[in-house]
Amino acid sequence: MTCVHLLLTLVFAVSLGTPVEIQRPRGVPLTKKQFYVENKPFTCLDGSRTISFDRVNDDYCDCKDGSDEPGTAACPNGSFHCTNAGYRPMFIPSSRINDGICDCCDTTDEYNSGAKCENTCKELGRKEREVLQKMAEITKEGFLLKQHLIEEAKKGQQEKQSKVTDMQGNKKQLDEKVEVLRTVKETAEQPEKEAKERHLKAWEEQKAAIRLEKDKAKMAEAFLELDDNADGFVSVSELQSHAELDADADGTLTETEAQGLMGGAEQVDTSTFESVWPNIKDKYHSESQPEEPAPVETPPDEVKEPVVDNDSEPYPEDDISEEEDEEDEDDYHEDDDKAPPTIKTPEKNHEDEEAMPSYDADTQALIDAAQKARDDFEEAEKALREMDDQIRNIEKELSFDFGPDAEFTYLYSQCYELTTGEYIYRLCPFNRVSQKPKYGGSETNLGTWGSWSGPENNKYLLMKYDHGTGCWQGPNRSTTVKLTCGKETVVTSTSEPSRCEYLIEFTTPAVCQEPANTDLSPHDHEEL
Amino acid sequence: RKSCAVPSSPCSCSWTSSSVLLTFAVDRGNFKTCDQSAFCKRQRALKPGQSPYRALLETLELSDSRLTLQLINDNNKVHLLLELYRLQGNMTRVKINELKPLRPRFEVPDVLIAEPPTEPLSVLSKDDNGVVLSLGAKNQRLIVSARPFRLDIMQGPEVLLSLNSRGLLAFEHLRLHKDTDKEEDGLWEETFKSHTDTKPNGPTSISLDFSLPGVEHVYGIPEHADDLKLKTTDGGDPYRLYNLDVFQYELYNPMALYGSIPVMLAHNTQRTMGIFWLNAAETWVDISSNTAGKTVFGKMLDFVQGSSEKPQTDVRWISESGIIDVFIMLGPKPSDVFSQYASLTGTQSFPPLASLGYHQCRWNYNDQEDVKSVDQGFDQHDIPYDFIWLDIEHADGKRYFTWDPHKFPQPKEMLQGLMDKRRKMVAIVDPHIRVDSGYKIHNEITSKDFYVKNKDGRNYEGWCWPGNSGYPDFTKPEMRAWWSSMFAYDQYEGSMENLFTWNDMNEPSVFNGPEVTMHKDALHGKWEHRDIHNIYGLYVQMATAEGQTQRSGGVERPFVLTRAFFAGSQRYGAVWTGDNAAEWDHLKISIPMCLSLGLVGVSFCGADVGGFFKNPSTELLVRWYQTGAYQPFFRAHAHLDTTRREPWLFGPENTALIREVIRQRYALLPYWYQLLYQAHKTGMPVMRPLWVDYPKDTATFTIDDEFLIGSDLLVHPVTEEGSRGVTAYLPGAGEVWYDVHTFQKHNGAQNLYIPVTLSSIPVFQRGGSIIPRKDRVRRSSACMENDPYTLYVALSPKKFAEGELYIDDGHSLNYDTKKEFIHRSLTFANNALTSSNLCPDCNFLTSSWIEKVLILGASKPSKVLLKMDGKETPVDFEFDTSMSVLTLRKPGMNAGADWTLLLQ
Repeated sequence: MTCVHLLLTLVFAVSLGTPVEIQRPRGVPLTKKQFYVENKPFTCLDGSRTISFDRVNDDYCDCKDGSDEPGTAACPNGSFHCTNAGYRPMFIPSSRINDGICDCCDTTDEYNSGAKCENTCKELGRKEREVLQKMAEITKEGFLLKQHLIEEAKKGQQEKQSKVTDMQGNKKQLDEKVEVLRTVKETAEQPEKEAKERHLKAWEEQKAAIRLEKDKAKMAEAFLELDDNADGFVSVSELQSHAELDADADGTLTETEAQGLMGGAEQVDTSTFESVWPNIKDKYHSESQPEEPAPVETPPDEVKEPVVDNDSEPYPEDDISEEEDEEDEDDYHEDDDKAPPTIKTPEKNHEDEEAMPSYDADTQALIDAAQKARDDFEEAEKALREMDDQIRNIEKELSFDFGPDAEFTYLYSQCYELTTGEYIYRLCPFNRVSQKPKYGGSETNLGTWGSWSGPENNKYLLMKYDHGTGCWQGPNRSTTVKLTCGKETVVTSTSEPSRCEYLIEFTTPAVCQEPANTDLSPHDHEEL
Repeated sequence: RKSCAVPSSPCSCSWTSSSVLLTFAVDRGNFKTCDQSAFCKRQRALKPGQSPYRALLETLELSDSRLTLQLINDNNKVHLLLELYRLQGNMTRVKINELKPLRPRFEVPDVLIAEPPTEPLSVLSKDDNGVVLSLGAKNQRLIVSARPFRLDIMQGPEVLLSLNSRGLLAFEHLRLHKDTDKEEDGLWEETFKSHTDTKPNGPTSISLDFSLPGVEHVYGIPEHADDLKLKTTDGGDPYRLYNLDVFQYELYNPMALYGSIPVMLAHNTQRTMGIFWLNAAETWVDISSNTAGKTVFGKMLDFVQGSSEKPQTDVRWISESGIIDVFIMLGPKPSDVFSQYASLTGTQSFPPLASLGYHQCRWNYNDQEDVKSVDQGFDQHDIPYDFIWLDIEHADGKRYFTWDPHKFPQPKEMLQGLMDKRRKMVAIVDPHIRVDSGYKIHNEITSKDFYVKNKDGRNYEGWCWPGNSGYPDFTKPEMRAWWSSMFAYDQYEGSMENLFTWNDMNEPSVFNGPEVTMHKDALHGKWEHRDIHNIYGLYVQMATAEGQTQRSGGVERPFVLTRAFFAGSQRYGAVWTGDNAAEWDHLKISIPMCLSLGLVGVSFCGADVGGFFKNPSTELLVRWYQTGAYQPFFRAHAHLDTTRREPWLFGPENTALIREVIRQRYALLPYWYQLLYQAHKTGMPVMRPLWVDYPKDTATFTIDDEFLIGSDLLVHPVTEEGSRGVTAYLPGAGEVWYDVHTFQKHNGAQNLYIPVTLSSIPVFQRGGSIIPRKDRVRRSSACMENDPYTLYVALSPKKFAEGELYIDDGHSLNYDTKKEFIHRSLTFANNALTSSNLCPDCNFLTSSWIEKVLILGASKPSKVLLKMDGKETPVDFEFDTSMSVLTLRKPGMNAGADWTLLLQ
C-alpha cells in the first residue's frame, strides 16, 4: 500500500523578502492552519465528526466534506492547496494529487506519483508579472484614451443635441412654409383641372362622332355586300350566305335564324337594315376583307373626316372600343420591344396623329402656373423630409446605449476588419458583422446589432449581433463580440465555436478600467 | 458519423452542407423492399409445401467426421452436395453447394477463426427413407429424411430444430443465359432507381427454412433499429441484412442498417440455440410463429383446453449468392451458445482500459485551439474523459492519414498536450480514398492496383466525402497488409501512440451508388461485390486494428471503432449504432440495439450520446448521459449542424448531473474492464438481456428497457421525457437486489416502482455479488491506474457473495503474451471475505490496494480481522444499522495479494 504519512511540510513563503518557516499538514492553506493542530483530535470542518489526528492525511477519507485529507486524493470532494511561492497560490481538486500530472508549479501535488515535475513558480511569476505589467500599462494608457473618448463623446453628444434642437426650430419654419405652398398649389390646381377637363371632353366627343360615322359607313358597305342581287333589299337568303352569323353555332344559319336576325322580315331595305345591323355587326365578316375582324379603331386617314353627330353611340360598344384601344397599346409596347427601331418611327407618327390636340393658350397658362406651384411645394417638402431624416438619424444615434459614459460612441458608424486564412471579417459596431471570402464570393451577414450581453455586473464586455443570414438546417447566424481593454481599436481574432455562432475578439480603450492604485508588489497574498 | 442525404445523385453532400436535404426521416424509397430485390421476390414467391429436393441416400459417404450426401432437385435434376459435420462443443454444421457448379461459388473466408474442430459422426440406422446419425452424447440424433429431403435434430423424443421442414430449400444453380428467361424475374439484370445491376452470373440465390418447435422467442440478426425480441415478418418485409449507410434511420422496422451479423438465437425456458448463417451477400430473414397472433388469454385457453399445438417459430433465410453454410449451435444454456459462437468466430477484442472511459466527439472539433479548449473545459468543470475525437474535417481535404495544414498544423504538439494530461485522441480514417494524383495514399493504391474494379475492369469510383473516390479492395490480404503499414508512425505523419482510429462509411458508403453503396457487379478480384458486400466493413476494421498493433511492434492493444460490421467484427474493436437522432425513441432503441449486438458477440457497443442529428433538449441530453454511462462504449457525438453540447454548456445544475454520471462510470471501470476481459475470454456478452442470466423466467424474455451489465448490475435507465418514475423488473425468485446509490435492499421476482428525479439512475447490484470499484475518480482512467479499490460486497439472503478482480497494465498485449495480469477470485462465505488467485502462474505487480470494503446486507460483527501472510491484524469498521451496511476501514492489503477478512 502506498499510504502517505508525511504530514508536515516546510513552506518557504516569500514575503517581504524574508523566508518564513511555517508548519502545517500537507495541502492545508494558511488560513485553515488553526484547525489542524498536531496530536489533537481533528474535527471535520463541517463538524460532522471528530477523529484522531493520525487520521488526518492518512489516505483514507473519514470526513464527508473531505477536510481530513487535504493532502491526499482519498476524498472525492477534497481540495489541495499549493503555496506556489513565487507565483500565486491555488486550490486544486484533490483528485489531482499524485495523478502523474503537474498541476502546482511548486510540484507539491505530485509528491508520490513518480511524475517529474519542475518548480516553475518563479518563471510563471515573472511571466505573470510581465504580463500584468504590460496589462497595467495598457490599461493605464487605455484608460487615458477612454477619458478622451468620453470627453469627445460628451462633446459630440451635446453638439448633436443642440443641432437637433436647432433643426427642430428650423423644421417648424419649414413646416409652415410647406403648408403655405400647399395652399398656393391647390389654389392653382383647381382652374387647371377644370380647363383640362373641358379640353378633354371636347376631344372625347369628337372621337365618338368619328366612330359612329365609321359604323354607318360599314353598315352601308355591308348592305351592298349582302344585297347580292343589288335589288336594294337584303333578303333572308342573302343573309344566310353569311354562316358566321349563325346564332346556335351549329355551323349553318338556318332560315328561321336569319329571319330572326332580320326582325321577322323577309327582306329589308337600307333604312330598315339600320335596325338589323346591330344584331349582326359583331359577327359579320366583310366579304372583301380577311377573316380577322376589322379593327374597330378608326383607320388613321379617316381621323380628319368631318365630325358627325354621335349621340346615339351605344354605351357598351364604347366600352369595348376603349378596351381594345388599350389592348392595342399593349401590343404596341410588345412590338416596341421586338421591332427594329426603323419601323418604330412611322408608328409613332400614327400615334401622334391620333393624339389629343394641344391645349389652347389659356389652358396652357393655367397649367404652367399650377406646375410652378407644384414644383415649389415639392421642393419645400423634400427639404422638410431631408431635415426629418437628419433629425431622426441624430436622434437614433443619441438613443444608442454607448456605455455609462458614452465611451463607445466613437465606434458608431465605423467598421473594423480582420483578414483570416479564408475570409475578411468586418465588424461595424452597433450596426452589423459580416464575412466575405477573401478570393471572391458574396458577403454573408453574421448578424445585426442586437444588444449588450455581458454579465450582469458589466454588460458592456460583450456585444451580441443576431438575425444574420440563415444557416441551412440551423439558426440564423449570430456573432458575439468580446471586448477587452487595449490601446487600439482592432479586431484581434474571429472564430466559429459552434456552427453559425461566431465569436469576435475586439480590443478598445473604451473598456479599460481605471487602474487600481495599488502597486504590483509580488505575491503577498495570504502567505503574509 | 454521418451519411449522405442525396444518395442517387453525385452527392454534393456536406462539403457544401447547405445542399444536404435534412428531413428527419429516412427516405425509404432509396432502399429496396424485398419486392424490389429480384432474388428476394423470387424466393419469397415460393410457398411452403412439398420440397422438390430428394436425398440420394446411395451417395452417402461417411468419413470420421464428415458426412456427404447428394440431393437432387426433381424439378430440374440439378444435384447438390450436402455436407454434415458434428463440431466440438455441441454444434452441427450443414453445408449445401452445387455438386458441379458452372463456376465456383463464393465461400466466406476470414470469419471463422479456424477450421472448426469436428467430432465423429456415426450412423445409427439407415433405410430407404432416411438415415439416423448419432450426434455424440446426450442422446442427440440427426435424422436425414430422403423424400422430401429434410433434417431433424432430436434430443430424446424431442425435435430441437428441423431444416427444410417447410420445403423452402431453394438453390438457384449457376446456368447459361437462355432466351426463355423472363426479363421481369430479374435473373440477368435488374434496375433500381436508375442503377442497373448487370448480373453476368445470372441467378445465384439460396434459401433454407428452419423450424424451431417449442420456441416463441428469437433474437439477434443485427443490425436493426427494432425491439430485442424479433417480430414475425408475415405481411411485412423480412428482416434485411445488407450493410447500408441509411440517412436518418427510422425505428421499429426490419430495414437494413450499417452492419450485419447473420446469427439468430432461439430461446425458451428449456434451451437456448443459435443459427449462424455464414453468408456475406444480401440476406433476408423471414420469421413466422404459430402463436404470433394469439393473445396471452388465447394461449392460456389453449393450454387449459389442452388443444394447443406446440408453439413453434419458423425461420427462413434467403441470400443472393454464395452457398448454404450454416452452424447450428445447440446450447443448451445461453452461455453455451455464446461460447459455441465464440469458438467459431472469436471473442470481443480486449480493449485498452482507457477506451472504456468517456469519449468526447463532435463533427467537428474545428482546430487545435478548439481541442485544447475543450480539453481544458473538462478540467475546469472537473469532468473525467479519456478520448477526444476528430471527424472528417481534421484531414486535409478529406485525405485520410493527413491533417488540415491550417486547422491542425501541429498534430504532434496537440497529441503531446493530450498525453501530458494522460488522455488520448481518435482521428477518423474512412475507406474511401480521394482520387487525387497529389495524394500519397491514392497513388500507392493505384500503383499497387489495390482498388476495387468496376465490371469493366477499370478502377471503381464513387462519390463520397472527398468527392470522387476510389475504394481499396480490403478483401485482398496484400491490400490489408499495406493498409496496416500506413499506420506506422513514420507513414502516418503527425500520429503518436495516443492516436487511435475510427472507421466510418465502411459499408461501404457510396453516395451515388445503388442504395448508397457499391454496385453489386463491382469486382474484388474474381468475386463480385455481391458476394462479399457484408464483410467489406469487417476487413476495413481488421486491417486498421492490425496496423495499430503493428505500429507498436505488436505490444499495444489497438482501439478502432467501426460502423459497418459482420460476424467476427467483435475481434477488431468497438461498434456504434451509427447516425441516430436526438429523440427520446432513439435513446430507448439504443438498449435493444446494443443488446442484440451483444448476443451475437459484439459486446463493445454504444450509441451516440445526445443523438447525432438534431439538438437534444437538456433533459434528453442528461438522460442520455445517464444511459450511455451504463453501456459499454460511452461516446457523445453530434452532427456538424448542431449547436455545441459539451457537458458544461447547459448550466451548473446539468453540468453537475452529467459530471456525476461520468464519475459513476469511472468508479465502475474496474468492473467494466473485468467484464470485457471475461467477454474476451469466454464470449459472454457484457451488456445482456435479463433472460441470459434468468433463462427460465419468462417475464424477462421480452424486456428491453432494462438490462444487465455482467451478471451483477441491473440498469433501468430513464428514457421517458418528464418521467417521475420507472417500473423495473428485478428478476430472481429468492434473490435480493441492492440499490447502488442508497444500498436499500429489494426482493427479486418483482416489478419495483422507483420514483425518479432528473438525478436518478436506477441501478441495482445483485445480492451474491462482489463488485470492485475505484471511487477516487480522476480526470482520466490512466490517472487512476494506481488508485486503491473499494469492494462492494452485496450479500445474498444466504449471506454469500462472489466476484472477481482483474488487473493488468491497461494497454498492452502483455496480459496475453506474457501473462502479466492479476486475476483474483473474491468470495464471501461463512463470514469471511477471501481473495484467492485465479491465475497462479500469472505475474503482475500492482500498487493498488484495498482501501475500503462495503458489505451490504451484513450484520454487525464484534471484531474484524485481516489474515494475511500468516498474521492477523484488526480492522476498523463502522456499521450502519438502518441499511445494514458494514464498512471496513482501510484494510490496506495489496490488490494482488492473498488475504482473508474475518467477521467475528
